[in-house]
Amino acid sequence: MEDLYREVIIDRFKNPQYRGKLEPNDISFEDDNPLCGDHIRIDLRLDETDRVNEVRFDGHGCAISQASADLLAESIIGKSLEEIKNLTKEDVLELLGIELGPVRLKCALLSLKVLKAGVYGLGEASDDLVE
Amino acid sequence: MASLDVKRIRTEFPILEREVHQGVPLVYLDSTATSQKPSVVIDSMDSFYRTNNANIHRGIHVLAEESTAKYEESRGRIANFINAQSAKQVIFTRNTTESINLVAYSWGRANLNQGDLVILTEMEHHSNLVPWHLLAAERGIRLEFIPVTDDGYLDLQVYEVLLKQEPRLVSFTHMSNVLGTINPARKIIQMAHAVGAITLVDGAQSVPHIPVDVVDLDMDFLAFSAHKMLGPSGIGVLYGKLDLLEKMPPFLGGGDMIKAVHLRTFTPNSLPHKFEAGTPAIAESVGFSAAVEYLEKLGMEKVETHEQEIIHYALERLEEIPGIRVYGPSAKDKGAVASFSLDDIHPHDVSQILDRYGLAVRAGHHCAQPLHERLGIPATTRASFYIYNNFQEVDKLVEGIYQVKKIFS
Repeated sequence: MEDLYREVIIDRFKNPQYRGKLEPNDISFEDDNPLCGDHIRIDLRLDETDRVNEVRFDGHGCAISQASADLLAESIIGKSLEEIKNLTKEDVLELLGIELGPVRLKCALLSLKVLKAGVYGLGEASDDLVE
Repeated sequence: MASLDVKRIRTEFPILEREVHQGVPLVYLDSTATSQKPSVVIDSMDSFYRTNNANIHRGIHVLAEESTAKYEESRGRIANFINAQSAKQVIFTRNTTESINLVAYSWGRANLNQGDLVILTEMEHHSNLVPWHLLAAERGIRLEFIPVTDDGYLDLQVYEVLLKQEPRLVSFTHMSNVLGTINPARKIIQMAHAVGAITLVDGAQSVPHIPVDVVDLDMDFLAFSAHKMLGPSGIGVLYGKLDLLEKMPPFLGGGDMIKAVHLRTFTPNSLPHKFEAGTPAIAESVGFSAAVEYLEKLGMEKVETHEQEIIHYALERLEEIPGIRVYGPSAKDKGAVASFSLDDIHPHDVSQILDRYGLAVRAGHHCAQPLHERLGIPATTRASFYIYNNFQEVDKLVEGIYQVKKIFS
């Protein structure tokens, strides 16, 4: 419990490294968690081999959702779209370095859900993407 | 005059003895979601299962007679608690939500047609919105809403204008589960009756916290839940005026709600059984009765006074915190509920950090999304108080909020 607001989370929440928008972009997707109003948009630019060259996220919400988006953005630079499709819940939790209950898990996984929905080119971000 | 002996009351709620983290005692400020249970309630259900348990009605053996008697005694005690003239007017349901659905589906389907108007308010819980949305989709009824003013009251001037459209039903919450606003039920009901409308009162928050007299307030329907008033989950009540209930068709079909069944037809049972299909929550009715008895012994006037004292103190302390905004009316017009926003810190973060200090509060839209849209915020953090909460716990909340601010500063 003490770990939940680890310095890295508060730091990333207050001083995000990848906040912003990319226009134009190759992939852009956004969605929200209607239960708490968290919102995340993720923009990607790819290089000639379809690997992530640049990434930015935008949105608002709790510290967990915003910090996890920032950490996730950092972690996918240089990754191929196939590698992104294979990212799991555990990968995000590892980035955050904490364990979360079911309610907060939704906050933490919103960014991965948005990212994968964008990469898959889906119309909406389903929870199945991060199961 | 002292209101409640909170020190003694606290000893009667076993859960208040526990720690939620090592060395951190529970500070339970989430009674608006559900209340904690005193030993007498827990023991009454335990004892029922150990000594009386049987299915009710029609059994000829001793246990069946005892459990039937206990179930019906509970009904009687609850009827008396809200001053219903007859126990027949107390229908056991699962909860407030089911009680409202019962009115929507039984009374609504029998009485409402295309174009008929139902008036609700902007501060309703989803349970007093969605049943009417469903009926609107099925029947084409119209819905209008009494607006909420910026300071958290219902705008009764707009209500007066809406009444000119001759609504059939006005369904409203007696006490907001977010703002704490205690709505002027007597006036709202009188105004509805004056244009020939009937009323449904969502008493989920009012019945546990203030004296509610169905005759004095001339209520047509009143819905409430046991679990918010020291009783168990899984049982609630719909009170209704006899002439309304008599004319209403059954809601759920099954055993107990019938007088006779043939292969292709049935004859409904008389009240209140007409609306109680299947084996009900029998042990829970016993627990509900014990909860009501406990509240009666305390005295609902004293409960109300205690809550006024604690919300006055809580608002005074909370409002000294920089960056806080507490929603709803001033303390004199509200129950012991404080929903707030804190700087731009998300309520999930606020409540998660408060949890470190043992403080159980709630974060979210509290099943009142339209109200939050009206307030222009996605969510709030809500602290709510009941008979077992004391001023020291308010102080702990305030200290906790300062810790939240420190982490996010």
